[in-house]
Amino acid sequence: MLIKFIEWIGAAVEGVIIGIGKISILLYNVLRGIFKPPFEIKNTLRQMLEIGVNSLPVVLITAVFTGMVLALQSYTGFKRFGAEGLVGSIVALSMTRELGPVLTALIVTGRAGASMAAELGTMRVTEQIDALETLATNPVKYLIVPRFIAGTIMLPALVVVTDIIGILGGYFVTVVLLNAGSRTYMKATWDFLQAEDIYNGLIKAAFFGAAFTLISCYKGFYTKGGAEGVGRATTGAVVYSSMAILISDYFLSAWLFK
Amino acid sequence: MIELKNIHKSFEDKQVLRGVDLQVKKGESLVVIGGSGSGKSVLLKHIIGLLRPDQGTVMIDSTDLLALDEDGLNEIRKKFGMLFQAAALFDSMKVWENVGFGLKRHTKLPDAEIKEIAVQKLKMVGLVNIEDVMPSELSGGMRKRVGLARAIAMEPDILLYDEPTTGLDPIMADAINKLIIEMREKLDITSVTITHDMKSAYKIADTIAMLYNGVIIETGSPDEIENSSNEIVRQFVEGRAEGPIVLEGIER
Repeated sequence: MLIKFIEWIGAAVEGVIIGIGKISILLYNVLRGIFKPPFEIKNTLRQMLEIGVNSLPVVLITAVFTGMVLALQSYTGFKRFGAEGLVGSIVALSMTRELGPVLTALIVTGRAGASMAAELGTMRVTEQIDALETLATNPVKYLIVPRFIAGTIMLPALVVVTDIIGILGGYFVTVVLLNAGSRTYMKATWDFLQAEDIYNGLIKAAFFGAAFTLISCYKGFYTKGGAEGVGRATTGAVVYSSMAILISDYFLSAWLFK
Repeated sequence: MIELKNIHKSFEDKQVLRGVDLQVKKGESLVVIGGSGSGKSVLLKHIIGLLRPDQGTVMIDSTDLLALDEDGLNEIRKKFGMLFQAAALFDSMKVWENVGFGLKRHTKLPDAEIKEIAVQKLKMVGLVNIEDVMPSELSGGMRKRVGLARAIAMEPDILLYDEPTTGLDPIMADAINKLIIEMREKLDITSVTITHDMKSAYKIADTIAMLYNGVIIETGSPDEIENSSNEIVRQFVEGRAEGPIVLEGIER
C-alpha cells in the first residue's frame, strides 16, 4: 500500500519532469524557428485571425459582463461604508491588472487552445505531420511557430479591448443602472489608474499567450492513440494551459507589481 | 541506392527491429512483406528519416542519413515521395494545393503554374476535374491517388509506399498496383513498398523481402518467394493460420 503510493508519487514527479523537459526543447525549437527563414507570414496572419479576431465576440461578452458585475458588487459593498465613489477605481484596476489578462487568457485557451490541440492531434494520428516532414517541411516551424507568434501578439491585443469594454461595462452599471455620478466614476478611474497597471497587464497577457499556445501545440503535436488520444490531448491542453496561466499569474503579479 | 545496415529500433520496452539489412538497387521495386505489427511501417520510416535507428546506418545514394542536420535531411527528402496508408492528405487544403505543396514550399513557381502541374500529375494518376475539391469529399481510392500525385509532384527518384492497397476493394487495389507499375516504367523510379497483400506484392515486385521478428528472413524474386522452402515464409505467403508464426495474443 505504502510502496504503491510512493511509486505513484515517483511516477507523477517523473512525468512532470519529463513533460517540462520536452516542452523546453519544443520552446527552444520554436524560438529558433522564429528567426530562421522562410518566414511563415501567411500562416501567421491566418492564425492571428483565428486566435484574435475570431475570439472577439466571446471576449467582448466576457469583458462587458465582468466589468458590470465588478461594478455591481463593489458598489453595493462600498456603499456600506460610503465609498461608492471609488467604484471606478476598483473596476479599472481590477480589469487592467488582473481580470482582463487572466479571464481573456482562460477564454481564449478554451476556444483557440482546444482547437489547436485537436487540429494538431488529428494531423498527428492521420500521419499528416509525417507527410509534412516527407515533403521536406519542418512541422514545428510550419505549424507551431505561427500559432506561437499569433498567440503572443493577439492576446495582449485582445486584453486592450477587454480593459476598455470592461471599464465601459462598469460605467454602464454604475452610472446608468445605479444612477451614480458619471463624473465621479470617470475621475475615480483616471485618478488611480497608472500606465504601468495597463502595460504590466499586457506583459502578463503576452506571457499567457505564449504559454497557452506552447502547451496546446505540445499536447496536440505529441498526440498518441487515435481519436481517444486526440480527446485526451484536447482536454490536457485546456487543463494544463489554464493551470499554467493561473499559477504563473501569481508569480508574474508578484514580480511585476511591486 | 538505398542501403540499410543492422538497423535496431525499440519503443520503450518493445524491440521492433533487431538488425535489419536491406539493399535496394536503382530502378528496383522492392516489396517488404510481413504480418501486422511486424515493424514494416517502422522500417519504411527509417528510410526517409522519420525515425532514427537506435543502432545501424541508413545510406541513400552513399549519403549517411544519420549524419545529416535538419537542412541536409530536408534536402535529401526532396528526392523522395511517400504514399501514406490513409493518404495523409492535408484536410485544410484543396486537392491541387495538396499535390502542389512541395512545389509551393521549395520552388518559386507562381500559383497558376503550380496548379497546372498539379492538374497534370492528377491526370497521371487518373483523376480529372477534382483539383478544387476538398480531400474530405473523396473516396478512399481517390484519396490514395491524390496522395500518389502529391508523392510524384516533385519528380522524386525514390517512392515509398505504405500499404498502398490496404482498405481498398479488389478492383481499386489492382488499379493502384497498375499505377505503381506505371510510375516505375514511366518515371524510372526506385521504390520500396510495404504490404501484406501477396497478390499486390507478386504483381509489383522485382524483389520481395520478408520481415519477421525484427529481421529480414528471406529475400528473393517473386518466384523464389512463392516457392520458398522456409516454413515461415510459406505460411505467410499461403496465408495459413497454422504454422510456425506465432500470432500475438492468440492461444492455440
